Formats: sequence, structure tokens, C-alpha cells
Amino acid sequence: MSFLSRFKFRGGVHPEGRKDLSADMPVRVPTLPECLFVSLQQHIGAPASPVIQVGDKVSKGQRIAASQGAVSAPVHAPTSGRIIAIGDYPAPHPSGLPVPTITIESDGEDRWMDIASPGDPFAFSAEEVAARVGAAGIVGLGGAAFPAAVKLNVSRRGGVTTLIMNGGECEPYLTCDDRLMRDRAPEVILGIRLISHAVGAREVLVGIEDNKPEAIAAMTAAAQGSEVKVLAVPAMYPMGSEKQLIQALTGKEVPAGGRAADIGMLVHNVGTAYAVAQSLNLGRPLVSRLVTVSGGAVAAPGNLEVLIGTPAQALFETCGGFKDTPARLVMGGPMMGQQFTNPLVPVIKGTSGVLALTAAEIGQPQPAPCIRCSTCVRACPVGLLPLEMAAHIRTGDLGGAVDLGLKDCIACGSCSYVCPAHIPLVHYFNYAKGDLAAKERAKLKQDATKKLAEERTARMERIAREREEAAKARAAKKAAQEAAKKAAAEAAAREKAEKEQSGKEQAEAL
Amino acid sequence: MIAAVVSLATLGLFLGLVLGIAAKRLQVEGNPLVAELEALLPGSQCGQCGFPGCTGAAQALADGAAPITLCPPGGKDLVVALAAKLGVEADLSGVKENVPSVAEVKEEICIGCTRCYKVCPTDAIMGAAKNIHVVFREACTACGKCVDVCPTEALALRPIPVTLQSWYWPKPALEAA
Repeated sequence: MSFLSRFKFRGGVHPEGRKDLSADMPVRVPTLPECLFVSLQQHIGAPASPVIQVGDKVSKGQRIAASQGAVSAPVHAPTSGRIIAIGDYPAPHPSGLPVPTITIESDGEDRWMDIASPGDPFAFSAEEVAARVGAAGIVGLGGAAFPAAVKLNVSRRGGVTTLIMNGGECEPYLTCDDRLMRDRAPEVILGIRLISHAVGAREVLVGIEDNKPEAIAAMTAAAQGSEVKVLAVPAMYPMGSEKQLIQALTGKEVPAGGRAADIGMLVHNVGTAYAVAQSLNLGRPLVSRLVTVSGGAVAAPGNLEVLIGTPAQALFETCGGFKDTPARLVMGGPMMGQQFTNPLVPVIKGTSGVLALTAAEIGQPQPAPCIRCSTCVRACPVGLLPLEMAAHIRTGDLGGAVDLGLKDCIACGSCSYVCPAHIPLVHYFNYAKGDLAAKERAKLKQDATKKLAEERTARMERIAREREEAAKARAAKKAAQEAAKKAAAEAAAREKAEKEQSGKEQAEAL
Repeated sequence: MIAAVVSLATLGLFLGLVLGIAAKRLQVEGNPLVAELEALLPGSQCGQCGFPGCTGAAQALADGAAPITLCPPGGKDLVVALAAKLGVEADLSGVKENVPSVAEVKEEICIGCTRCYKVCPTDAIMGAAKNIHVVFREACTACGKCVDVCPTEALALRPIPVTLQSWYWPKPALEAA
């Protein structure tokens, strides 16, 4: 039985969904690409470090890079084959900068490594579940790609009471979570119960937008008889944002500058739950994910189960290529996704969609001056003043924007979407956040170098002092020696004189 | 008349005494502004401003003997911060925008003369006689002292390469007015 949630969050927009392009397409598997490009930086935190050499043969699911540091995740071979390169390859990122990447030449067999059956996953302790989730390389599959095990451990220690599963999928075009919940609901529910077991949650809520009735029905049926409660939430962008979903489901608001854990909540994506079920039930690490391939330029949009590292080009080819010239390629959704220009960039763990949009779909009208209509203020789900913040940033007053709450901006793009003057508001905020972060890093470096300079000055002074003391000591020693010599010489002279005297006396006596 | 003279004289003596004691007891060691200005400066004691280290530069700034644009490594941000602290107008026209850089040793032509690491104010260069020297990027402030002393021009300042972690969106171009 599902219920409609009673709560609301402020603001939000209603972009055209365009989910019908791919929502009813069953999940397909693209042909195995010749080469897979597995990025070592697929998650927030430190990049993974390779544990294989060029030329090594690997099996599907074999660990090829280990996690480094507290916040990181390992990476596994998405197919069987041979490692042909470890080095830089373009990242799926607007900058197009290279990122360390392991290239695997597929042997065409797609052969899994030997996996021992893990047994009953509910027999594991909470720590063991988190450790296995970490070892399987699972990160948040909603898009942020934060290592899931770190989140589980922090939540367990922090005493999280409510687990919220995010089935919102509010971004237009994307339908991969919808498909996952429709087709694989029992596995998703199993994963949800395992996450709940790992954090000791008392309440488990699944929030699904009411524009996915099939997913709600399938999930409700699969959740029958368990502690998992499936709730329908109104279709509204950005419902799939962590803080907004919490508010829509529980009526509680995450405080400014705070995190969900501060009010005893943990939010995970339904895709992450599926990956958790796969790793704990079957012992399989995260090597593939569902990706929506859509957009007006794609001939046959659909949902694909894609191996991590597959180039975007291969996905478009599986979906019939382009029927129109794509004006923009986007990874993720059209509201918050990252645009990319090189079609050879690979799918990473956080890629929920690969879109090829036509010029008509992106619409790039010339920005006009702000008319202070405050439509953006009404649209902001966080309650900020986008027009004021952008005005401060434009004049270079980033501090003023921070005072207005820039750091609480979730970069959802609702303000840019509704702005009648087409001002790139969220672009201003992304620039300002990046600039502030760069200044912060420069400040940290300056503090560190200041300390180094002080230590050096102190050392130089100490060395100079020691040298001076040594010189003084040497001088004193020399003076003492000379004095002793002088004294000896005088004594000798005296003796000689005495001798002479006595000799004279003797001579006189003679 | 006498009463007035006596009362005013007493008042004068009393207030003078109070001021005298206050001057002794509430005396401030040095100029606090100097310490505050020094905290803003990079603190790497590179000497590019022509003063002996950042303390000297802060003293000169506090005395008004130096322009607020004196510090090349500080860049525009420092000029703005100093202008705010000293309450003067910030003229950014002559200030070059700093590209974050670090020194780099060209290993083919380094002869291991050890001159550079002796002058480095932050111990950012490591090496030994007749061995190739190397720069620690994290510790280098790009003051350029090593570049000046290098006899083979093996040292040069190069911009820090942009990585996936440090890249961010550029500022949007101004919309049509």
C-alpha cells in the first residue's frame, strides 16, 4: 500500500518531463566494446591506485585499483581481458581534462572471476556489511558518487534513525531508476533492507515521484511484509535532491550548512540499494549500471545496462545513432548534468544518463538585464535570493554572495530555468563556489608556507648563534693556549735568566 | 577668584595625574596595525617588495611609506584586503593578476650547485652538491629567488597545471546591457 506524502518543500519548478522517450523501453545490454576506459577517479575523494600492471590478464569483477585514504573507493574490472594502458584519458567532465584511467582490451568472453557464495547477507554484522559494500566499490549512484561505505559507517556511528531511499528521479529524460524499480524491485528492496540493517534504522521510507505509477506499484508489492514503506511524492523538480526529499517525506528541514545526518537521516539512491544487494547476495562488485540514453538527437532512446568504462559513443550506436545533429552532449540530467564534447569519454559509476540534445531542446537565448521580477526567488527550493547573489558575484563581491547563503545553494538550476531574462544564474553560483574553493586552497597553502618560512628563519638564527658561540669558544681556547704558551715562554726565560745568574754567580765564586 | 583658580588647578593636576598613569599602564607595545598587516601578507619572507621580509613590509605599510601594491606574490586579492584594512582606495590598474605558479627544475641542465636551495625562504627545494635538485610544489610560493641565483637557468616559474580537482567554471560573460 502506498501513501501520498503530506509534506512539501518550498519553491521548485515543473520542467517538461520528456521521460516518455525512454520510460517504456525495456533494459537492453549493448554489445561488448573492444576497449573499456576505467577511470580511477569515479568517486568523491582520493583517486584509487592501480594494483595491476600493463599486460596483466584480468577477470570480470577482479579488483584493478585499491581505495586510498579514508574517503575513496576501489575499482573493479568491468569485463575480462588484458590491461593495455594505465595513464591519462579524457574525463567525462566539461573541462575535458585528462584523468588517470586503466584501459582494458576485452577478450570477448566477459568471464566472471571465481566468486565464493557469501551466504545469508543478514547474518553479517553491520560493520561487515559496510566493509563488503566498501570492498565492492559501491558509490552513490544518484550522481554524486560519494563512497557508500563511508556514508554507512558515519551514519551508524551518528545514530541515524530514518533511512530514506531516493526514487525521485526528478531530472527530465532520465528513466533508469524508474526501470530499475519496475523490473528489479525485489533486489532493490533486498538492498534497502541490507542498508537499513547496516545503519540500524528504525524507519525506512522510499520516496517515488507520482509520475512513475508502475514503479510505485512494483516497489509496493515487493516491499509487502517488510519494514520498508513506499511513499508517493508529487512530481516536482528538484524532488530527487537529498534535502528536498527529506522535507517532502518527513516535513523536517536540514539546517543551513548542515547535513542530513544532523537530523538523524540517511539518504541513498535506489540504484545504490540494487548494487548493495548484488554485492552482498551474489558477491559481485559494482561493474555495471543502468544508464538512460535519450534526447531529441538520439534515434532510438532507451535504457541500457552498461559496463563501467564504456565510451559514450558505443551507447549512442546501440541506440541507433543520431537522427539529428546533437547541439550538446550531457552526462546526467539536463538540469544538473555535466556537458561533454568528446564522444569517446567513458561512463563512470555516477553516470545516470547520456543525452544528445538538439539545438531546439537546449535553447540558448541571449541573456537580458535582470528586471527584478523575483521569479527565481519563488523557484529556489532552498529559499535564497538568486538575483541578489548573482548581482554580487557579477561585481566581484563573492563575500556578499556568501552572506546571502551561496554555500547553501544546491546548484539545482531551478532559478536559471525560470529566469525570463535568461540570466545564467546557476553558472554564476558555480563559478563563485569554484573561486571560493580555490581561494580557500590558496589560503591553506599560504598558512603552510608561512610556517615553513618561520621554521627556516628560526633554524637560520639558531645556526648563526651556534656558529658564533663556536667561534667564541674557539677564540677563548686559542687565547688560553696562547696565554699558556706565553706563560711557558716566560717561565723558560726566567729559568734561563736564573741559570745564567747562577752561572755568573758560580763564575764569580770561582 | 581664588576658589576658581584653586579648583581649576586641582582639576588640571588631577587629570594630568590620571593621564600620566594611564599612559604608563595602558601603553601598547609596538603598533598593533603592523601585526594585523603582517598576518595578511604571504609571510614567505621573499623580499620582492624591497623590505627585509614581511615584518618590514608591514611596518612600511603601517607608516604609509609603501604603496599597498608592494607585494607581487599577494596579487589583487591582497591589494583589496590591505585597502580594506587601511581604509584607502584600492587602485588595481597596475596590479598584475597572479597566475598560481611554482618553480620547476629542468633536470637536463641542473648542475647541482646547491645555490637555489640555500636561498629558498620556505625550504621548498631539496638537493645536494652535484645532484639534481627538485622542488616541492606544495611548499613553493613562486617568489622567484631561486630563478635569480640559478647559474644555468635550469629554474623557471611555471603555472600550476589545472586538474580535474582544481578546475571550475569561468565567470559568465556579462549579459547584453
